[in-house]
Amino acid sequence: MSVEPNPNGGVPVEADPVGADFDAPAQTPASPQQKGMFGISGTGDVSGFGGLVRRRPELVGSPKPYGGYFDEVTDALEEAYPGFADAIEKVVVDRGELTLHIVPEKIAEVAQIMRDDEALRFELLSSLSGVDYLGSDPRRLHICYELVSMTYRRRIRLEAAIPAGASLPSVTTVYPTADWQERETYDMFGVIFTGHPNLTRVLMPDDWEGFPQRKDYPLGGVPVEYKGAEIPPPDQRRVYQ
Amino acid sequence: MTSSTTDDSVYATERETTEGRVFNVTGGDWDTVTGSIDPLSNEKIVVNMGPQHPSTHGVLRLVLELEGETVTEARPVVGYLHTGIEKSLEYRNWVQGVTFVTRADYLAPMFNEAGYCLAVEKLLGITDEITERANTIRVLFMELNRISSHLVWLGTTGLELGAISMMLYGFREREHILQIFEETSGLRMNAAYIRPGGVAQDLPPSAEKKIRDFLVYMPKKLKEYEAMLSGQAIWHERTKGVAVLDVTGCLALGVTGPVLRSAGLAWDLRKTMPYCGYETYEFDVPTATTADVWGRYLVRIAEIKESLKIVEQAMDRLKPGPVMIADKKIAWPAQLAVGLDGMGNSLEHVAKIMGQSMESLIHHFKLVTEGFRVPPGQVYVGIEHPRGELGVHAVSDGGTHPYRVHMRDPSFVNLQAIPAMAEGALLADVIAGGASLDPVMGGCDR
Repeated sequence: MSVEPNPNGGVPVEADPVGADFDAPAQTPASPQQKGMFGISGTGDVSGFGGLVRRRPELVGSPKPYGGYFDEVTDALEEAYPGFADAIEKVVVDRGELTLHIVPEKIAEVAQIMRDDEALRFELLSSLSGVDYLGSDPRRLHICYELVSMTYRRRIRLEAAIPAGASLPSVTTVYPTADWQERETYDMFGVIFTGHPNLTRVLMPDDWEGFPQRKDYPLGGVPVEYKGAEIPPPDQRRVYQ
Repeated sequence: MTSSTTDDSVYATERETTEGRVFNVTGGDWDTVTGSIDPLSNEKIVVNMGPQHPSTHGVLRLVLELEGETVTEARPVVGYLHTGIEKSLEYRNWVQGVTFVTRADYLAPMFNEAGYCLAVEKLLGITDEITERANTIRVLFMELNRISSHLVWLGTTGLELGAISMMLYGFREREHILQIFEETSGLRMNAAYIRPGGVAQDLPPSAEKKIRDFLVYMPKKLKEYEAMLSGQAIWHERTKGVAVLDVTGCLALGVTGPVLRSAGLAWDLRKTMPYCGYETYEFDVPTATTADVWGRYLVRIAEIKESLKIVEQAMDRLKPGPVMIADKKIAWPAQLAVGLDGMGNSLEHVAKIMGQSMESLIHHFKLVTEGFRVPPGQVYVGIEHPRGELGVHAVSDGGTHPYRVHMRDPSFVNLQAIPAMAEGALLADVIAGGASLDPVMGGCDR
């Protein structure tokens, strides 16, 4: 039995999804053939709403005032950083969290001010990681910096977006803790941090090819044979979407 | 039978016998081997410690450059236990994610689950709708887990520094906590007990009794530990002034948890950025000022006592009530029950959906197979893990699967501090310093 691959399904490509419904495969990575264990092709959607075109939510900046300490933080940054207007692309407040979208080239400068300015004092970079928005953003790789101010007990997030293959400055000189976390982000997403002292793979083997957390990288797994029965790799098993 | 000797006396002599070739090894060539090494230019030795080494807490590899017994350079190498948990999550629905994250840091599974569930709940906007009993049970289990994790730390560190009986005691007491987990969830570790919306099932009365017994039992044992270690001369020698890392160093390297508190900064997310109702519990944040292994020992022992205090308060405020959110679009449709073959849907529920209510069956099927949808967006949740800040960065694109989940595991970030602690110190102190960070490679490599 041969099932034609659904042109709307399959591996997400760098294009807007066409004819996709609310839970189209473009957001849920699927096998290249889009064939499940039971010969399902396409989304496997049985709800009857499969023909609806889904508009991807567009990221919009939040209007002032942002509420809480968010206004104080943005005002303090604007005062301390002359290039504020050029460096901040967007300010988003969502679910009680403040995200500053930063021009990638300026990220180290902004981080420096975030750490050193008396009204900001974000002493700790608690987390640095990536997200791959393949298909919904031409600058698909987003790098998120979760900063903590222990003095003021505040958290904010900086986010920088770059296209695949591009680079952005490393923040290791400002936050040495970014060392391994940037290596992990390079390892998993192929983000190149310029100025990093030793940008090598950290979790995957040194000679690994590809960047596993990217959305166009399939979930690994080899077919497992057990007493004559074969278990397919996870991404080729039946999936409910 | 023939016998032959090679001309070159460096090689071992050999002879043919009916059983095969036999070599005669004398080892007399060591003088020539060592004699050819210039003692001045070749003082440095590079030692590969791990990844299979009993003192590196799992599969951590340390590449050490030594001058005599002094470490001049230390390079930690991680990744030997990378299992792709974050990637696998993207192929499962939000509830199934719990069973993956719980396997990251295997000594603190409740924290992985809680951090992940708090992130999912924040994405759903239902943080305030979690029932009081569910929150209390979460706190209860997190604190019991903190005790069990610290007990393993105490046991393994004791073992590594020469107090072998400490290892036996630590694991013995931890067994009581694992039995409480088993009684409640059916599993000793990796229970997947905390679920988005609440907990998988209610705390049975038998587990409550076990917890009460444990609260009486544990303080006595703690006194024994302190009697054994705190005044011990060897323990002092091995821990005091060893692997010092001050507050500046900790913050620069992102080190949090007991290591940061041993340097004197009382930063504990349970107090500074509370979650699950921690602000309503009465407890202290222990600190030390020595910033060394000794300080970390004191902090962890004191933290066990504080956790016992929290467990006791949580037990006192346990009131009957639902343990899952009321919203039927999110709550697992069945009351789960521990059966002979582990945890599963209760027989009552199966009888209902199979015999009485078609709608319940459809609802159950959709929610269990497809899962609930989570509105698009991203959140970051940080909780106080036994080793520091456990952060979960969860991104949803509106679907039933996580779009991306990143776990900021404290073991991974803290391990960066090993060179700062080890370089310039003695080889033996690498063990003490590394152990004082309490790295768990399952969490580090995920």
